[in-house]
Amino acid sequence: MSETQSSVARAPSPGFSFFHYASPQTFFPLAGKLLWPCWIAAALLTLAGLYIGFFVAPTDATQGDSYRIIFIHVPAAWMSMVVYLAMAFWCAVGLVFNTRLSFMMATALAPTGAIWAFVALWTGALWGKPTWGTYWVWDARLTSELILFFLYCGYMALQAAIDDPRRADRAGALIAIVGAVNVPIIYFSVKWWNTLHQGASVSLTAAPTMATTMLTGMLMMALAAWAYTIGAALVRVRAIMIERERSADWVRKLVTGADFNGDSKA
Amino acid sequence: MLSVFMAVLRRDLLLAWRRRSDVLTALGFFLLVTSLFPLGVGPEPDQLAQIAGGVMWVAALLATLLSVSRLFESDEADGTLEQMLLSVEPLAVIVLAKVCAYWLLTGLPLVLIAPLIALQFSLTPDETLIVCASLLIGTPTLSLLGAIGASLTLGLRGGGALIALLVLPLYIPVLIFGAGAIDRWRAGLEVGSNLALLAACLLVALAVAPVASAAALRIAQD
Repeated sequence: MSETQSSVARAPSPGFSFFHYASPQTFFPLAGKLLWPCWIAAALLTLAGLYIGFFVAPTDATQGDSYRIIFIHVPAAWMSMVVYLAMAFWCAVGLVFNTRLSFMMATALAPTGAIWAFVALWTGALWGKPTWGTYWVWDARLTSELILFFLYCGYMALQAAIDDPRRADRAGALIAIVGAVNVPIIYFSVKWWNTLHQGASVSLTAAPTMATTMLTGMLMMALAAWAYTIGAALVRVRAIMIERERSADWVRKLVTGADFNGDSKA
Repeated sequence: MLSVFMAVLRRDLLLAWRRRSDVLTALGFFLLVTSLFPLGVGPEPDQLAQIAGGVMWVAALLATLLSVSRLFESDEADGTLEQMLLSVEPLAVIVLAKVCAYWLLTGLPLVLIAPLIALQFSLTPDETLIVCASLLIGTPTLSLLGAIGASLTLGLRGGGALIALLVLPLYIPVLIFGAGAIDRWRAGLEVGSNLALLAACLLVALAVAPVASAAALRIAQD
């Protein structure tokens, strides 16, 4: 681990530098500090969002109370897409700049993204039964969400099948990027194929077609989902850092708590 | 560059000619799977004609998946792949040539045998023509995308199931546009748009897949 040692020798730059945190050694404590704020924000925002969603927001005129699933469903669907983009972004950064941490971040994000895709599908099915009268339809958004879930599974399965972490990172990155290129093609192909899902209720270009309290609750839940995702990814990336860098000095110091010189003990 | 392309193409075709049974596997699989459907869903001609497009497309997709995992296998086993990686010629061109040979050996036969299956599914001549046209434009895309999966899973345990998980999601647009062409024709709509979209998919795959596959080979043989 000569890279790690050389970065130890380098004096820390006086000003703040984003790249300072690009190495696992410096990012590890930062991630640890960021954890609790994320968890607290996620918990508070979830409580507030669910309170607004279940007690404050009015009952929908046409869908009754079953619409309230959107407070979980919509943030989950958003996050499943955002996380995939973030994952593909870190994969691209890793391939271009050859940074270890980027690949670790992408690996850490994948399970959370897959969970969001699954939650979006599951809650969507529960909402579909009372509203459309069926748990599942081959509608464009449902189908593309399902395919997104498969893309996550493929990424994780490929990484799991390769023993060498370096090859696993790069092969996974390639399929993630190819998948990201394909996502819009898949989306439009399925959209032209069959569409039943209601149009987007929230968009950046038009005024939202829902009550303000509903929107507030949903956005709070979306922020909670963001906080949870970041927290979960940080926990996972910390574990991956320790696992991958287990032979590096900084990890030994961290684990044993002692100043390790590298010539005796251990 | 063209000479390298032709040399690899000729080599792969020659190798396949010497071992003809490998080529026929995918074709036999395609024929068998499509023949299973009438047995499974019943022999009513109307019903068969309705599902024919989808069945032939799914069978073509699975036949590609079945054979594409072997695309780089023998080259890796005898060390040819290493020589290709070391070559000064662009690897993407070599990969493209290999995919072209692969399509000529497995994709094109499917297109040529398709009219026979269309007959079994009681399609009209017009419908047969559309299915064949969509397969002709669509199967090269399947081969190209399959090459990415094949190079990523090269030498991995459980490669066959893994390549399905990786590649099948990428096949979905091709499947939708390809099988949709005949559905549109049967509904009395024009089919040009679907064929054009298939061609667009092919062009994107032609631009991206050889480069991605070459990159994946370098990763695999790192």
